[in-house]
Amino acid sequence: MAERSFAQEVTKLRLGEGEVFAGEGILAVTKALLESGVAYVAGYQGAPISHLMDVLADAQDILQSYGVHFENSASEATAAATLAASVNYPLRGVATFKSTVGTNVASDALANLASGGVTGGALVVVGEDYGEGSSIMQERTHAFAMKSQMWLLDPRPNLPSIVRAVKMGFELSEASHTPVMLQLRIRACHVHGQFVASDNRASPFTLQQALEQPQRDTSRIVLPPASFVHEQEKINERWPAAVEFIKAHQLNETLGPDTGDVGILVQGGNCNTLLRVLHTLGLADAFGRSDVPVYVMNVTYPMVDDEVLAFCQNKRAVLLVEEGQPNFIEQNLHTVLRRAGCATAVHGKDMLPAAGEYTATQIMAGVQKFLQAQQVTPPQTYVPPPPVANPAMQLVQARPPGFCTGCPERPLFAAMKLVQRELGEHHVSADIGCHLFSILPPFHIGNTTMGYGLGTAGASALNVPAGKRAISVMGDGGFWHNGLTSGIAHAVFNRSDNLTIVVDNSYTSATGGQDIPSSVATNPTRSTGHAIAQAVKGVGVRWVRTVKRTYDVSGLRDMLREALTTPEAGPKVLIAQSECMLNKQRRERPAQRARLQQGRRVVRERFGVDAETCTGDHSCIRLSGCPSLTVKPNPDPLRSDPVAHVINSCVGCGMCGEVSHAAVLCPSFYRTRIVQNPSWPERGWFAVRRALLGAVQAMWAKRRARWAF
Amino acid sequence: MAQPNPGQAKPITIAVLAMGGEGGGVLADWLVAMGEANDFIAQTTSVPGVAQRTGATIYYVELFAGAAARAANAQPVLALMPLPGEVDVVLASELMEAARAVQRGLVTPSRTALVMSTHRVYAMSEKTAMADGRADSSQLWSLALHGARQVVGFDMAEVAQQQGSVISAVLFGALAASGALPFARQAYEDTIRAGGIGVKASLAAFDAGYAMAQLPPQPPCTDVPAAAPQTPDKPSALPPHAQAWADRVWDAYPATARRTVWEGLRRLVDYQDVAYAESYLNQLDALRDALEPVLLEAVARHLALWMSYEDTPRVADLKLRQGRWARVRDEVQAQPAEVVEVYEYLHPRFEEICDTLPAPWATRIENSGWMRALLKRMTRSGRVLHTNSLHGFALLGVVAAMRRWRRQTRRYAREHAQMHQWLQRIRGLAAQHPALALEVANCQGLIKGYSDTHARGWTNFARIMQTLDDAPAPLQAAQLRGLREAALADDSGKALDQALSSLRAGSAGGRHMLA
Repeated sequence: MAERSFAQEVTKLRLGEGEVFAGEGILAVTKALLESGVAYVAGYQGAPISHLMDVLADAQDILQSYGVHFENSASEATAAATLAASVNYPLRGVATFKSTVGTNVASDALANLASGGVTGGALVVVGEDYGEGSSIMQERTHAFAMKSQMWLLDPRPNLPSIVRAVKMGFELSEASHTPVMLQLRIRACHVHGQFVASDNRASPFTLQQALEQPQRDTSRIVLPPASFVHEQEKINERWPAAVEFIKAHQLNETLGPDTGDVGILVQGGNCNTLLRVLHTLGLADAFGRSDVPVYVMNVTYPMVDDEVLAFCQNKRAVLLVEEGQPNFIEQNLHTVLRRAGCATAVHGKDMLPAAGEYTATQIMAGVQKFLQAQQVTPPQTYVPPPPVANPAMQLVQARPPGFCTGCPERPLFAAMKLVQRELGEHHVSADIGCHLFSILPPFHIGNTTMGYGLGTAGASALNVPAGKRAISVMGDGGFWHNGLTSGIAHAVFNRSDNLTIVVDNSYTSATGGQDIPSSVATNPTRSTGHAIAQAVKGVGVRWVRTVKRTYDVSGLRDMLREALTTPEAGPKVLIAQSECMLNKQRRERPAQRARLQQGRRVVRERFGVDAETCTGDHSCIRLSGCPSLTVKPNPDPLRSDPVAHVINSCVGCGMCGEVSHAAVLCPSFYRTRIVQNPSWPERGWFAVRRALLGAVQAMWAKRRARWAF
Repeated sequence: MAQPNPGQAKPITIAVLAMGGEGGGVLADWLVAMGEANDFIAQTTSVPGVAQRTGATIYYVELFAGAAARAANAQPVLALMPLPGEVDVVLASELMEAARAVQRGLVTPSRTALVMSTHRVYAMSEKTAMADGRADSSQLWSLALHGARQVVGFDMAEVAQQQGSVISAVLFGALAASGALPFARQAYEDTIRAGGIGVKASLAAFDAGYAMAQLPPQPPCTDVPAAAPQTPDKPSALPPHAQAWADRVWDAYPATARRTVWEGLRRLVDYQDVAYAESYLNQLDALRDALEPVLLEAVARHLALWMSYEDTPRVADLKLRQGRWARVRDEVQAQPAEVVEVYEYLHPRFEEICDTLPAPWATRIENSGWMRALLKRMTRSGRVLHTNSLHGFALLGVVAAMRRWRRQTRRYAREHAQMHQWLQRIRGLAAQHPALALEVANCQGLIKGYSDTHARGWTNFARIMQTLDDAPAPLQAAQLRGLREAALADDSGKALDQALSSLRAGSAGGRHMLA
């Protein structure tokens, strides 16, 4: 079950001809797939394309009625390999994942697919996680498109353009027998807008037909001599076919006047920002009607030589707005123009930053520089607000993401911190997932991260006799993605002595709480309940321990100590098992609300701190970092350091109490057990105790009052 | 080359700064829904990614008048990110996020209406500091106040809590009241209704936010408790023993020290008894004329804190006080008919148990193999005590009652011996090096907490005092302050190690190193 319910979005997938779809960009893509008669969809979740997967998972009946087969792939490699169904059969298929990380994983399959080429339209929808909000290394998908010769669509970030790109993408793929990549930046995936829908349609050729009447063409298989033929085909047949299609269907756009001696070329994805910049300078109106000629590359690879030549030919100079590096398009543009003997000056990375996201500020500065160099004075000026000269600016601190309130991974890292206090610092090979927040304050745990599921693999070299063992952390998502083989089986085979901690929280939590083979919940369309411990034992690990409740900090600490000191040889695997709190709350809160409304008994727990006994050292916070555990002014007139304080968002996970026990912290924490709609006997006994103990307290208070003042 | 375009229409630009899970997305969705319902073309986007896990996030909304689009017979091109200086409305769900908006150039004096909550959600570094790491709210406030064309600000978290709703509804109400958008109040309320979730509470919070926004901006309540007047009036209507103390304090102590001495006396009566407080005042009396007022105040503060060191009976005593359960109920927002059970997490160690015994007994136990082993085993893991059960209450009551024998305990003897040394040091330095004496007095602040925390604080204090005693020439006050700050920089002692070694290197070279 994903983090969000898409019940409402699913209804949007049913819209017919002429109806208006209003929603998120990535959901518009999903709708466009159905309108394109897609036969199958495969993908691996991750921001910003998770919602495409989640909404399809919630739309089983729609998928069924149009005969669309949908799979949650084990990895991006699986998703890309799924497109093999479009090699021999006229089936439209889609693979989707986060890029560039997912594209890295998928590369092997993508390269094979692109070499042999396709019969049915094969579309790879990549969510480009680049720039602000990104959680991955900053690279370009463009390089993959070029090296495997897949066409790369980068449409303008509005829903009609995105939807058209999907539909044209399939056609382009079929016309050129080449898989096509549709690249959507993070803001475009999340953009809310509208487009006019068409009817959904079923694929004319079905997967059943493919199974029952298989067709084969060995010349499509990557093996000599076919592989050499493929390379020639790419250049001599598929590329020209693609260029022809792009021109014929005007996938790229030219805005503004045909005349003018300066112009701007822009990737479709950055078009809106450019047009806003031009609008601000009075060179365009709010509707994108520009006074400066603009060539919009909705297809960023391949470049259409004739089009760019025609655009540039009679101009003094052009500015190319190309985000990311290396500047592939700029180099290409130079080649095209110079080979044609065109002398138009090309500006790009000389006026815009060579690296980093092209924000509105950056594009504005680049355009202003270009206009100034070309002695064009825009009707309006733009001066960025001057930096605020106020010392308070120093006070604004970064607020990176962290573990949620009640997260079951927090006690794991608290236990690691405690065990490292005893045994000294260890080398920790981290992995991708929420658990990577351990590298941030307050835990500061982790040395490297080499990719999803590669936590254990990242400690491979550190496998020599030594006084300490390396610790690897791996999430359950990464484990099933590849960690079981790349990490665990590898460690068994190479006789590693290190420890791997598998964080088993029942979901791929960081991507939005999707199910995986070891999920506990039953899923009507997927097979769950496959224990990680079984898999680990199956590949030959002998030392396997499972902690069923990660909030047991002392227990975890003791088990970590054992794993790090046991004389037993071979890899150690510790499975830390507790459900993702975000998902647990999402499930339990509504149920509790319903029970309360029915007047039934509900118990909730919450922690608190006695401000009178807290001395304001904040050791507890340094071992927790929970959003619910904060500070407040010290009520003590003699002290000024703030005291710890638990706010009402506390879910009573138990971590605070366990940590103060395990770390022997302080007696200020208390737990409350709040019984709503208590039974009568319960209420009665509580009242009796209250009266009795209250009388004693009153007596004591009276005695104290004699001396107090 | 270019002529200005005829189409002068512009979108309304709105940025929402929030932290993951705070409802910034809901707010953005409301803005879009309201726009679309009122003939605007609306677009919103965000870059949540993993930032939705409690990190800072920006949502960006643009609204474009439908009539203008029809007049032009074209669709507007809406941007996906703000251009600094070109933002009409900034909504910030928290004070530091408002300041962040100013930092990012989203708030400009010529254009922007800033609607913000003034409460603080502390950043990690503010919370993990070993002393007080909080940013100064009033400075953040002044930053926001001077950055915007219009400011609507008040503590929206508090209003939301009063209304049993979330901050986004209060922000929405405040936005409606600000008049920054071309929509009537009705349009906002209809939007909330159409949302269909928690409508009643949201409308109440909206209404409260709307009302509060009519008032002038409310500065954040300062994070430091309102300082009592530095020179308080002499209290009256006191019991006889307190009257005598009041006479002594108001007759003989400088005005700036009176409040602290008075609080010290109150605390020590509460902590132990009248005689104990009397001994506090006697010790101060002995020092009074030798110390400058500032130093005297610091000594009075730290001596009171030290004399009321936190031990097991003190904790038990405070946990059983009348009024605590009401406070707990209030904090967890329990309704009158609900049953609230309270459990304590206690982990007294072998050392603490010995410390609550008279010194000879403690020594005997420590030297006896079996008793030591037994007690150690019994104290290896912590205990959870059900305070409002008869059994738990009685147990804690017995522990609290042990304060009667506090003066006979080993801990008492040790603490008072150390206190004595500390006072001697201060007295010795007071005449020649008053600034240094003040730093020595302030070093007491390092000793706080329980168990390991206390041990660490004590070790740091002792190391610094040792350095002071061993120094060939008296240290500079700034050097000692540097050491104290280093001791508070981390809990591993690394910063203090470094500061100490650089101090030694400095003094070896005959230079005065400022730490």
